[in-house]
Amino acid sequence: MSDALLTLEGVHTHIGRYHILQGVDLVVPRGGFTILLGRNGAGKTTTLRTIMGLWRASQGTIRFAGADVTARPTPDIASAGIAYVPENMSIFSGLTVRENLVLAARAGPLQAGKLERIFSLFPALERFYGLAAGALSGGQKQMLSIARALIEPRDLILIDEPTKGLAPAIVTNMIRAFREVKKAGATVLLVEQNFMAARMLGDTVAVMDDGRIVHHGAMAELAADHALQHRLLGLHLDTHQ
Amino acid sequence: MLARILSRDYPRSRPLTLVLVLILFGLAFAPFVFTGSQPLNVAAKICVFVLLVAAYDLLLGYTGIVSFAHTMFFGIGGYGAAIALARLGPTWEALGLGIVSALVVAGLLALVIGLFSLRVRAIFFAMITLAVASAFAVLASQLSGFTGGEDGLNYQIPEVLRPAFRLLENPVLGTNVNGRIITYYLVFFVALAAFLVMLRIVNSPFGRVLQAIRENDFRAEALGYPVVVYRSIASVVSAVMAALAGIVLALWLRYTGPDTTLSFSIMIDVLLMVVIGGMGTLYGAVIGATLMIIAENYLQVLMGRLGEVSKGVPLLSALFSADRWLLWLGILFILSVYFFPEGVVGKLRALALGRRTETSAGER
Repeated sequence: MSDALLTLEGVHTHIGRYHILQGVDLVVPRGGFTILLGRNGAGKTTTLRTIMGLWRASQGTIRFAGADVTARPTPDIASAGIAYVPENMSIFSGLTVRENLVLAARAGPLQAGKLERIFSLFPALERFYGLAAGALSGGQKQMLSIARALIEPRDLILIDEPTKGLAPAIVTNMIRAFREVKKAGATVLLVEQNFMAARMLGDTVAVMDDGRIVHHGAMAELAADHALQHRLLGLHLDTHQ
Repeated sequence: MLARILSRDYPRSRPLTLVLVLILFGLAFAPFVFTGSQPLNVAAKICVFVLLVAAYDLLLGYTGIVSFAHTMFFGIGGYGAAIALARLGPTWEALGLGIVSALVVAGLLALVIGLFSLRVRAIFFAMITLAVASAFAVLASQLSGFTGGEDGLNYQIPEVLRPAFRLLENPVLGTNVNGRIITYYLVFFVALAAFLVMLRIVNSPFGRVLQAIRENDFRAEALGYPVVVYRSIASVVSAVMAALAGIVLALWLRYTGPDTTLSFSIMIDVLLMVVIGGMGTLYGAVIGATLMIIAENYLQVLMGRLGEVSKGVPLLSALFSADRWLLWLGILFILSVYFFPEGVVGKLRALALGRRTETSAGER
């Protein structure tokens, strides 16, 4: 296995009086897709938000590229090289597609090469480049949201349920785009409920339940073991294609 | 050239462009077009409020911060110039010292308030600014030896700016170019320059981050932008611009008191101007300030005339009496908010965008 880029050790997170993460241990290896699976309310989104510092870990350690980032403010964590794509098409709807991308490309003006890559992954963004992002369709908003994470080279990209609520044709396009991203050698921690997408993209998988990681291993292993799928997720991946 | 001056932020609606050009020319040539002192007073007040309202829009419309301390910074500007001129005499040095002190105090105070309270939720920040502004107004009223208390301060301004000063021997277009006209143009050009600077700021990368923060501060943080720092800088810029508006008002009125700068009713006026003109569009500040100040100054006269015309008609004469002008002003506000929920600029831009979309769909 390649070396660990992100490590969570015994991470607990409280939101108000609720104890959401109850000792999460997770390793995201450098390169490839790590899929975070689990039923609704298992703590997947909270894990991503805790990594980003949007919710503070009340206990435990988060290490990114060897450095402890547990107590660092969110902008510092983002600057350290982690991009975050929250669920629900997290774009700035009052700004244009171009402005959304410029905001994410913090290193400076948009370079033609970077834009070409984004447009080859998501051609719709080129068509609506000067338009207010709020006017885009749901799928296009999600593409813009992901494009923002890809416009600047990042060491790690956290993506929360990108295919949620999207039409099957758009999901297929998105999986194609993610495969390109994977080929380019990116490291992605992906929360995904769509098991077909999860199986096609994932190298490593972690399954969460009740705020803990209950399984961690190779995606191929989980995909091949129906008994394990049933025990961890209560279903078979094959029946969800 | 025009693109650079306007930072490529055009009005994006033909009627809006026309109205803005009319306002610009009206203000630029006010001393030569209108006779009497009231129109010039109204024009100067419009210039001051365009600056004050645009500075507030930078905070409310572009950054999403609700502050009730804007008139406090306006007052700091006014009192800064007033105290320096009253205590040190009507010289340029005194005025310069007053200006620098006022701008520095306004900027520092905004920074302190911002860094300490912009972390809290919007409503709490609004309450904190309200408390600080109220405390400042009480302080200005109590320190009467320094600020003139409730009576305010009367003072002389440098000679060149006084009405008795004549720049040219002969009148130009029937108007004597005296110190009053020079002061008017000082107010006009300061307001114009500051407005263009703010237009540049909101269209810069910094302005884009402010708009992103307004839409969703969590997302902006997740992209790596320290929200509190950006909000604090916006707050400082807005405060400095408000103080600048206070300084030019102090020069124009040659009087500074609580009623002209610190009053809460001015804060309400500024809020209404931003809402009527259109939040998040600096051009809205121009439209909102012009509409409101003209209404405040001429609605009473118009009502008086209508009252005279409708004399003898029982209900109408009572409704159109000059004393009822505030009622009509209120009705105008309600109607404008009802018909222009996004403000005049927002509505005109939406109409223009709708027309453009229809045209391009027709061409396809």
